[in-house]
Amino acid sequence: MPNTTNERRVISVVVMNESSVLARVTALFAGRGYNIESLTVAPIPNSDMSHITIETKGNARVMEQITKQLHKLIPVYKVIEHEEMVEKEMVLVKFPIAENLSDIAALAAAYNGGIVNVGKEMVVAQVADEPKRVKHFIEAAQRYNPCEIVRGGVVAIER
Amino acid sequence: MQMSGAQMVCEAIIAEGVKTVFGYPGGAIMHVYDEIYKQNGFEHILNRHEQAAVHAADGYARATGEVGVAMVTSGPGFTNAVTGLATAYMDSIPMVVISGQVPLSLIGTDGFQEIDAVGISRPCTKHNFLVRSLEELPRILKEAFYLARTGRPGPVLVDIPKDITVEIGEFKYPESVNIPTYKPTYKGNNRQIEKAVEAIKKAKKPLLYLGGGVVASNAYKLVRELAEKTQIPAVETLMARGVMGAKNPLLLGMLGMHGNYASNMAMSETDLVISLGARFDDRVTGKLSEFAKYADVIHVDIDPANISKLVDVDYPIVGDITQVLEKMIPLLEGVNPDRYQAWREILKRYDELHPQSYEDSDEVIKPQWAIERIGELVGEQAIITSDVGQHQMWAAQHYPFDRPRQWINSGGLGTMGFGLPAAIGAKRACPEKTVINITGDGSILMNVQELVTAAEYKTPVINVILNNHFLGMVRQWQTFFYEKRYSETDLTFQPNWKMLVEACGGIGYDVTTKEEFDAALKDAIEKDKVCFMNVAVNRFENVLPMVPAGGALFNMMLPPKIENNGEEK
Ligand SMILES: Cc1ncc(C[n+]2csc(CCOP(=O)(O)OP(=O)(O)O)c2C)c(N)n1
Ligand SMILES: [Mg+2]
Repeated sequence: MPNTTNERRVISVVVMNESSVLARVTALFAGRGYNIESLTVAPIPNSDMSHITIETKGNARVMEQITKQLHKLIPVYKVIEHEEMVEKEMVLVKFPIAENLSDIAALAAAYNGGIVNVGKEMVVAQVADEPKRVKHFIEAAQRYNPCEIVRGGVVAIER
Repeated sequence: MQMSGAQMVCEAIIAEGVKTVFGYPGGAIMHVYDEIYKQNGFEHILNRHEQAAVHAADGYARATGEVGVAMVTSGPGFTNAVTGLATAYMDSIPMVVISGQVPLSLIGTDGFQEIDAVGISRPCTKHNFLVRSLEELPRILKEAFYLARTGRPGPVLVDIPKDITVEIGEFKYPESVNIPTYKPTYKGNNRQIEKAVEAIKKAKKPLLYLGGGVVASNAYKLVRELAEKTQIPAVETLMARGVMGAKNPLLLGMLGMHGNYASNMAMSETDLVISLGARFDDRVTGKLSEFAKYADVIHVDIDPANISKLVDVDYPIVGDITQVLEKMIPLLEGVNPDRYQAWREILKRYDELHPQSYEDSDEVIKPQWAIERIGELVGEQAIITSDVGQHQMWAAQHYPFDRPRQWINSGGLGTMGFGLPAAIGAKRACPEKTVINITGDGSILMNVQELVTAAEYKTPVINVILNNHFLGMVRQWQTFFYEKRYSETDLTFQPNWKMLVEACGGIGYDVTTKEEFDAALKDAIEKDKVCFMNVAVNRFENVLPMVPAGGALFNMMLPPKIENNGEEK
């Protein structure tokens, strides 16, 4: 195999929307020793299918096996190993109200986001952007003493 | 028609043409057993352990190619069945196991005898279902049988909550199945087949590498035709014994860890591997980087996930072997078999150099002799099952298998305790055949309660215990790789085999000489009762050749190089 490096990959799995289908998918990863970096699931509108997006790592042979093994699961309809795709991830970050709010707002705005909630003690900022940029945003946000960070996991769609 | 869920289960089994169901009742499945009592569309065999019931259904499936059915209750009934499911899963055996479950309202409450059956069985079934309503029961039953036998076959579990089995509803068994997410590929891509044919025509040293998929696809006649027409030599995996037929001059033998010299050398030197339904198991390949090092690989398999899983494949063909060969054979019309003459000569010399051999003895029965002798006395009219260990490997090496489905063993999982219940299943399916379980003094005790089942149902299977007073295969590894520290493998303490089998309603024979062996086997066949032939064999005999785990196939330990006769006698 020419490609033996562990590459990051995003796979979309279209499955029948039935009970325990997510368990089948994740158990396959656990049982065969594949990585899950992130995972998102939601029903596909106007259908009886769901869309699972999995961010994983592996060399070419592992990726090929993951795809084929996913395909073998009976309720799996389609497996798309993305080449050309639009990827987005969402993140929510909670800051103490004492931090500089206009700085935080400006930072979030620079990453296509903004402040979405202001409470008595906390503010919440939201960013939805490419995964790499989300990572940068989180790094930059460290300066403002974030008390909680919730990432949504990657969603992707073929270009 | 209106009926209960329990009746639906019976109706589905009858509709699928199943003649025999193996099982064991209990609380959660009792309604179904009540219906079994009332019907006469199929027979039910009460095995004496759920593991054995599943192995028996498995043996039935392997002997016939049809779906085997087993039925168990919830909780411990199901967990006992798990080894049976895993055994069938590893060898791609079509099977439907029906398990009772606690009522829907109790699921998730740690109810009495509740266990997450679909959770536990997920990695050892092709698919599984927890039935959630009576309406979906007929469809699920239909799909279970369909999934079990189509594509790459495998076991399917249907877990049915007890309340669904009493509920009454409309039953109409679906005529067809529509699973939009499940569409196995049978045909094989024409372009790929043509390319593979070109590769065969160009090769100088092609080799047919035959696996269990040939048996599953019922393709052995086509495989023989392909070999015959092209005069390409063949090796078989443990799961494919019988495909070529022992007398076939093109058959080199079995390859792998205990393969014969010519087979392993052929694989090491071939320039084109033609893999039909084999999956490059580590017990076959040895060290991967040395496996078929000089060869391009054609791989025909119904399961795309098998292709390029372990070995890079140059000509992948996803499809059913029968359908692929039907296209491939006519395209090979022009091949001149002389092309591979030089290659066949080389392999013939290898076989003459180190034939599959052993040193016979007049003092003690050699296990290999016992197997060859069974072959001489009953040969092609027997079905041979086996357990796991040295006796299994000797059976695979030395028995003259003529046809597929004549050899039934747990290849992928290597389950000790498989042989006797599988023999019972095979005998129920093929009562006209002599069914012989070649077993060891360790393995036989792992499902020995099945003697009672065999006796009760007058299912006369012959158990030939190759008794070395050892967990022999483990002992062999200890001899070779652990400086003879025989940790927990000495089975000097033994039951009285004759008394044991007689207590269960069978016959026992103690055999220490060749004459006794012949006499016992003859008597056993005549008496037509379940029996033990307790055959005292050379204790320290080793299975050879042997490729040490992880070694290259061409590095074999061979019989003459090792002193294996009387060590520590
Ligand atoms: C259920 C199970 N437990 C343990 C093993 C490991 N194992 C493989 S062969 C073997 C020894 C079998 O002994 P016996 O049945 O007497 O056969 P022999 O090798 O002596 O012919 C053991 C313990 C296994 N394959 N299956
Ligand atoms: Mg033994």
